[in-house]
Amino acid sequence: MEIIIQIFDVLLCIVLLWVGWQSLSSTNLFKAIVLFITFGLLMAISWVRLNAIDVAIAEVAIGAGLTGALLLAALSKLQKTTHIDKTSHISVNSK
Amino acid sequence: MNMLFIYALTGTGLFFIGFYALIIHTNLLRKILALNIMGSGVFLVLISLAMRSGHSSPDPVSHAMVITGIVVAVSATALALVLMLKVVDITGKPDLHDQEDE
Amino acid sequence: MIANKNKSEDKIIRLLLIMLLTLIASMVAYAVLSLPESATNLQRLVDNNIDISGVSNPVTAVLLNFRVYDTFLEMVVLLVALLGVWSIKEVPIESMNDLKNPVLDTLVDLLVPFSLLVSIYLLWVGAHAPGGAFQAGSVFGAGLVLLMLSGRQPFLNFKGLPLHFALIISVTLFISISIYSMFATGELLKYPLSQASSIIFILEGMATVSIGLTLSLLFYGIYTKKKYK
Repeated sequence: MEIIIQIFDVLLCIVLLWVGWQSLSSTNLFKAIVLFITFGLLMAISWVRLNAIDVAIAEVAIGAGLTGALLLAALSKLQKTTHIDKTSHISVNSK
Repeated sequence: MNMLFIYALTGTGLFFIGFYALIIHTNLLRKILALNIMGSGVFLVLISLAMRSGHSSPDPVSHAMVITGIVVAVSATALALVLMLKVVDITGKPDLHDQEDE
Repeated sequence: MIANKNKSEDKIIRLLLIMLLTLIASMVAYAVLSLPESATNLQRLVDNNIDISGVSNPVTAVLLNFRVYDTFLEMVVLLVALLGVWSIKEVPIESMNDLKNPVLDTLVDLLVPFSLLVSIYLLWVGAHAPGGAFQAGSVFGAGLVLLMLSGRQPFLNFKGLPLHFALIISVTLFISISIYSMFATGELLKYPLSQASSIIFILEGMATVSIGLTLSLLFYGIYTKKKYK
């Protein structure tokens, strides 16, 4: 039973690093923000594994929920502004 | 005790992945995402090092610091996003360029 | 910075950056791994003093009794961030009924009272189980964000002086409790022992209201649509 829990820990850490890297290196900004919200939920699981339940509740509500909502609202304003402004060089999915 | 060092190494890795992405990208929204991931890496290191207090309950001062840190991170992200929207209003795109591009 | 120069120069700089960062990361990893296996000092201090703190959840005791100065400054940080958002971008409070989504409407009718209930529960249970003011405030703020997203206006009539009063109530209360504690016990932010749990509950309750309002107003500052002429 102990070895299964250790395998779970190692897998969780590998998935955390992988989702973090994919969120920062994806070409579509919407996909990056959605992967960031997923990253926040995985962090909440690791807080529970590390016996930090108050931090897990705070991370899910603020870190994954509110930060995700803020980023998505900013992304929609960004795409709206770069669609309307036709005078400068626009790039909607910028790298 | 090697469970917590796995998490501490993951936190260090996340911090440096975020740092690399912060330097590489020019888009401001990606920089803000990278800063948040760096912050999450630091919190992971703090909480995993708080578990070192024997097999009893973990160290609550580190938990309090991380809860404070999460709230401060979200307010800083909100302010940074508003600043980015202002940059888009003025210059037309959310990028930071080198000086010789202008 | 490294977006669109010529390709080989781009790749060399990226490779150098990766090597430098890997070097620093290995040094930091070595520093983290060489920390001692057990460090029980702070935890022992909290365990010895938790009976006189007024609550039995150690994280709440640390946040609202032992390190209450940090929580006080965090309330100020939230307020300053909101002032920063309001000073950069003026936020018009206007009718935004352009979101006609039946699933969202039904969900909002179900979820917003539920979030209010969960928030008050988390506030109350934070004294003896995981919970507390920040968690309760953020669930309350999430409920207000849901209201905004469905087109209903929580801040249409609740603006101006009552809104500003509700935003600063927790900072005001922290300041007045600290002045009261200076008169009651002679030291800054040292609660009188018999009143510790009621002081903690008052501070937590007002902190919940302020945190929820501030977080939802931070979202509101980014989300509002201006009508284009």
